[in-house]
Amino acid sequence: MAKIKKFLYVNRKAPYGTIYALESLEVVLIGAAFEQDVSVAFVDDGVYQITKGQDTQGIGMKNFSPTYSALGDYEVTKIYVEKASLAERGLSQEDLLDLKYEDEDDDWAEKDSIRLVSRAELADIMEANDVILSF
Amino acid sequence: MTMLHTVNKSPFERDALTACLSMAKKGSSVLLIEDGVYAAMQGTRFEDQVTQAKAEVKLYVLGADLKARGMAAERIIDGIQVVDYGGFVDLTTEHDTVQAWL
Repeated sequence: MAKIKKFLYVNRKAPYGTIYALESLEVVLIGAAFEQDVSVAFVDDGVYQITKGQDTQGIGMKNFSPTYSALGDYEVTKIYVEKASLAERGLSQEDLLDLKYEDEDDDWAEKDSIRLVSRAELADIMEANDVILSF
Repeated sequence: MTMLHTVNKSPFERDALTACLSMAKKGSSVLLIEDGVYAAMQGTRFEDQVTQAKAEVKLYVLGADLKARGMAAERIIDGIQVVDYGGFVDLTTEHDTVQAWL
């Protein structure tokens, strides 16, 4: 079997205004289905993608935010959110979706997927990945 | 002559809002739509700029775009009026011209 590569998806755009957020989510799910080691980062306007309470009925577009909650089932368990991006938008982790996964190495205990990181920590995470896909 | 300005970009990503506010004349109106609605929220880096603009222009935000993005109407900056699509139409008819800041 080919070597498993570490993929990082970097999301920097708000949802709905452009197609980037939805396209990224689809590619993340495809990558996960190929059993690669997938991490997802939300930075700058990307943090808006995973806000709670999205309701798109009024704008006639598909609300894809519930799909982020399925990432844990695809073994996408490392979701990095950059702290300063939240702060300068008046947001905190409480405003974000409660993303969880079940840890198979720990008797399937439910754990948080979201890890708040600084810009410096995110830079290290970027460096530690084999492939970075930007949206 | 009064003008309605619309801003549809996130203030964090583009300078459409800053450009708009720098040129919007006293008495004109600014309607935040699409990703522009993030500028209406309390606690952002742009809150002071938006609050200062209220002295010169009337500010509106499109409710459906707030709701789509999970932005609670209770957390918008005081004095910004939420409108629906009908209100958007009314604003365009009440002003002589519309300037879209893209």
